[in-house]
Amino acid sequence: MSTVYALLFIVATIVLVLGLARKIVQYAKTPAPLKIPTTPAPVTQTGVVMRMFREVVFFESLFKSTKWTWIFSWMFHMGLFVVLARHVRYFVDPVPLPIALIQPFGIYAGFAMVAGLGGLFLRRIFVDRVRYISAPSDYLMLLLLIFIGFSGLMMTFLIHTDVVMVKQFFGGLFTLSGGELPMDFALIMHLTLVAVLMIILPFSKLLHIPGIFFSPSRNQVDNSREKRHLASWAKKLEES
Amino acid sequence: MAKAKFETPELSEFVDVPNIEEGAMAHSTCFVAKPEHQEPLNFPGERVEDWHDKAIEKMGDLLSRYRSFRVYLDSCVKCGSCTDKCHYFLGTKDPKNMPVGRQDLLRKVYRRYFTFAGKYFPKLVGAADLTEEVLDDWYSYFHQCSQCRRCSVFCPYGIDTAEISMAAREILASVGIGQKYCNEIIAKVYKIGNNLGLPGPALADTLEGLEEDVYDEDGVAVKYPLNVKGADILLVTPSADFFAEPHVDGLIGYGKVFHEAGVNWTLSTTASEAANFGMFIGSYENMRRISLRVREAALELGVKRIVFGECGHAWRVAYSFLNTLAGPFDFLDPDYPVPQHICEFTWNEIEKGTLELDKSENDDKTLTFHDSCNVARATRMGDTPGGQFDIPRNVIKAVCNNYHDMEWDTIHERTFCCGGGGGLLTDDLMEIRVKGALPRMTALQNVMNEKGVTHMAAICAICKSQFTKVLPYYGMDMYQIVSVHQLVSDAIVLNRKTPPEEAPGYGEDDDD
Repeated sequence: MSTVYALLFIVATIVLVLGLARKIVQYAKTPAPLKIPTTPAPVTQTGVVMRMFREVVFFESLFKSTKWTWIFSWMFHMGLFVVLARHVRYFVDPVPLPIALIQPFGIYAGFAMVAGLGGLFLRRIFVDRVRYISAPSDYLMLLLLIFIGFSGLMMTFLIHTDVVMVKQFFGGLFTLSGGELPMDFALIMHLTLVAVLMIILPFSKLLHIPGIFFSPSRNQVDNSREKRHLASWAKKLEES
Repeated sequence: MAKAKFETPELSEFVDVPNIEEGAMAHSTCFVAKPEHQEPLNFPGERVEDWHDKAIEKMGDLLSRYRSFRVYLDSCVKCGSCTDKCHYFLGTKDPKNMPVGRQDLLRKVYRRYFTFAGKYFPKLVGAADLTEEVLDDWYSYFHQCSQCRRCSVFCPYGIDTAEISMAAREILASVGIGQKYCNEIIAKVYKIGNNLGLPGPALADTLEGLEEDVYDEDGVAVKYPLNVKGADILLVTPSADFFAEPHVDGLIGYGKVFHEAGVNWTLSTTASEAANFGMFIGSYENMRRISLRVREAALELGVKRIVFGECGHAWRVAYSFLNTLAGPFDFLDPDYPVPQHICEFTWNEIEKGTLELDKSENDDKTLTFHDSCNVARATRMGDTPGGQFDIPRNVIKAVCNNYHDMEWDTIHERTFCCGGGGGLLTDDLMEIRVKGALPRMTALQNVMNEKGVTHMAAICAICKSQFTKVLPYYGMDMYQIVSVHQLVSDAIVLNRKTPPEEAPGYGEDDDD
């Protein structure tokens, strides 16, 4: 059984990395022929980096829009971020100091994450406009994340998992030396769902993760009068 | 044409976010372009036999050429942030007028044909085949978007429905289903030179008439020159400025500003149109072809600067795209940005102190300012972000004593479109135009009631035409919409007197 999971995680990692790399290359290679930053926009590259930072870290545009969605999704994303950072300790030894320091917050972050996801789920059901635009996959994605968070919290509060063993398993995975996984229900559920998430990420709306960085309305400098912007295919029009 | 039957929404103090009403605007459609409107634009005259395959092929082509298109189709997480931001949704309740609802009409087809999940699990991810019905939906709902970009302000990924609408329209036109209004106008630009189809002699006549009018009123021979070689400034302005009210009052104002600033300027028959409907139909090639006329005119007349008149999307194409489409403009005076907006020009002159302005001339009015969507969210004026909000207001405040803004969430980057932008300014789309104006009309009514505002100024030919038509539907007066430079025109004191031989008609035998 541990071998199955070892293979699953190898496959999931390959799919995630290659799938994401393929999309990033595709986005990077596709030209943006026109200057379309949503204005007022920064007039310098530094300004764009700041704008992107505010967007990625604080969800600036969403904050301008609806406060409820902002609160729920910010709770979820920031919770997830801290939880992920906390998980680093399962993969590296010795544990770096910053990771050690955030350990106590990881638990709260886990709750924040699940609560945020719950809020988003309820919003999807109860706001008629959001319900209208939701496909089955939109609900399933939230459920998947909720169950991941839930099973993770279960391991801390209900059924304690042998963390040392898990760490040995993943350490073994890196060195391909094998290792045994404790067969707890919560852990198995957690790991299975995480693998599923990793595999579907490059094929789903989770592409908003690389997408935001390539969004021309957010990543372009407002300098069209000063600097001529010309896509490769548009240049060919000029040569003909 | 028979007047469309529909109910004008009632104005109340707030625009409530409505409950969705599926299919509420499904009947809305507009005339399809005829072969003579399609072919000059290099589109097939009629719907092609293999429209399905051709449409998918075109979508693939656009996906490879526009990063915006691809990233926006992939990135939407259906968070709902945009769902209550579109004026057309607020005015019609139709969920397909929610930005994401509109995008999904195209996204579901994208997913079906271009993504793994949509190919193998269509139901799960809401993917769908491109059918005749979907095509009809595209035609209807992508002509209920004014490409105003309000949704893109609030989207956490900056997804801009305008980009999706443009792509959809290009796909439609490329399979022979273009929109008559836009494509007929573009064909007219190619044939005659401007959207309104005013030939050169008519233009010259109109401008002569303006010179006479100004002379009669002010006793100063302000010139409205056409095709003057060696002029310093080429003014490119929407052709509506040549005769429609209140546009023409704006043109009169530009002329007075140039006169007082003591600059040499000219209009051109080659570029007798600032508007560029190539943007509305999403066609880079047509947008470029229209833009190149500006370059041609500048070279032909040997000007040093290019200034654009009051027009929203025209300023977007000019400010954001002109350098790309028709540049480089290294043959112009490097001391000035290319192009400049007339408001930038006027504000510079005001700051320099070259203009004497008598604000009291506008004391009969209390003004507010409608930020035109494309100016607000797709361009800039001046050197700092947000100049597009400040400079027109500065100009208005320099020529009027009474000014009040509308509510904060309806101006600046949050401004609402007039309802007639993006190629919708046609009588066959009257219902969506009237309903889409609801948020702006609400804000206007509020500022009228609370602050005693009497007039709303705008810097866009489409806004001006749209409001002229739509204000009466809401029980307001069509003359409440004014050009910013009409206000300048009224307040400006003409100090540069002209010798009598420059007066219009001097030396002609004239008895009256």
